[in-house]
Amino acid sequence: MKPILLTWPDLALASLLLLADGGLSIWLQLGLHRRLGVAAARMVAQLIAVGLVLRVVFAVANPAITLAWVLTMVALAAREVAARPEQRLGRWGNLSVGASAVAFATFLTAILALTTAIRPHPWYDPRYAVPLSGMILGNVLNAASLALDALLAGASAGRAAIEAQLCLGASFRQAMRPYVRDAVRRALLPIVNTMSAAGVVTLPGIMTGQILAGMDPLEAAKYQILLIFLLAGGSGLAAVSVSLLAAHRLTDSRQRLRLDRLTARRG
Amino acid sequence: MTHSSGVNGGHLDPPRLALAGLRGALAGPFDLTLARGECVAISGPSGAGKSLLLRMIADLDPNQGEVALDGRPRASFSAPDWRRHVLYCPAESGWWAQGVAAHVPPARRHAWAALAERLGLDPALLDGPVARLSTGERQRLALSRALLADPAVLLADEPTGPLDPENTARVEALLAERLAAGMALLLVTHDTAQATRLSARRLRLEAGRFVAP
Repeated sequence: MKPILLTWPDLALASLLLLADGGLSIWLQLGLHRRLGVAAARMVAQLIAVGLVLRVVFAVANPAITLAWVLTMVALAAREVAARPEQRLGRWGNLSVGASAVAFATFLTAILALTTAIRPHPWYDPRYAVPLSGMILGNVLNAASLALDALLAGASAGRAAIEAQLCLGASFRQAMRPYVRDAVRRALLPIVNTMSAAGVVTLPGIMTGQILAGMDPLEAAKYQILLIFLLAGGSGLAAVSVSLLAAHRLTDSRQRLRLDRLTARRG
Repeated sequence: MTHSSGVNGGHLDPPRLALAGLRGALAGPFDLTLARGECVAISGPSGAGKSLLLRMIADLDPNQGEVALDGRPRASFSAPDWRRHVLYCPAESGWWAQGVAAHVPPARRHAWAALAERLGLDPALLDGPVARLSTGERQRLALSRALLADPAVLLADEPTGPLDPENTARVEALLAERLAAGMALLLVTHDTAQATRLSARRLRLEAGRFVAP
């Protein structure tokens, strides 16, 4: 089955709906029409640009260019992970923890999927590698930033409790265990919710896209199930690695709690 | 009591605790020795570095200098081992579980209840949540939890701060008993009478240094 290709006039016609939104904003004095317009223009420009670049990346199918593209996405995601928490680890700690965890979780999950389940030829074919890495990254980013925020906030609020255990002869790892567990738990809740709601409350994006592209619904569902498994795995890996790396940054060779390495955002 | 060997004050014994040039970013250098069974009481204005000194000895804050327990250098202990032997009991006690009982291993539960009772606490408190304890109850439970570990040196930061005279006397009696058994006690207190009652050597700390009392 061939997908039904859209023409530019099709899009122009659909954009009338956006104009209707703008009219609504003016009529109800929502003050949103300018922002609606700017956001819509950005969305169109960004997506067309990505589409054009990906067209080239897919056509060239050069492993180095594919890797560079994925690494750029990883770097942007790492920056996002580092920026979200209220607390910051000194000496670029958030960024290096975020980048290591995001890269580790994304590459491991994506390579696993490309070499075992999806198996394109070659396995690093950008048509599969790029969108797959992007999807995994989105979830890994969420899990990693939730875990990092929870761990750093937990450790700084739990100082008395952590040090009380250290004083009685507990190892740093023992004293931090509840905070690491809590951070991983919080990072995994969104994917649990996604899985419970999938198909009942929402028809997931990939499945919708595959169906629109002409795929059999059951085949589309199978694809979606595989992807959600990947997202769950990637989230778990990211949550655990970000929590352990951040906890490691909060201690030293004498198993102290080094909150002096943390600063709150904006003073 | 594992630390009662009865060779108190022998010339050849290394001191129980010895500090030489102990310093951190904000306090020191400190030189101090404590013999077995000796109590040293430290006083000084708030912010002088009293708690910082105790934290450095327990190796909770980065520090330089030599610290030794019974002649054995601190560096030869793992950090958890060192802290178990040279135990810091802060002014504000820390609790990491909801239930009181979860703060000691189940096997030590009875011993803890017995110590708590000696400090005037109802052993039934151990069955309740930490949130229901008063400040004074937390303080005494934290102290008894620390003594349960049978430390060689206790670093006690205002252990009787929030307590009434009757309970202060109970705490002092227990500390005196441990001192007699060989434990060394480094005590931060504002109460000069307490220092006298525990026959403590008195030191005064100002602006991060010991000064003449």
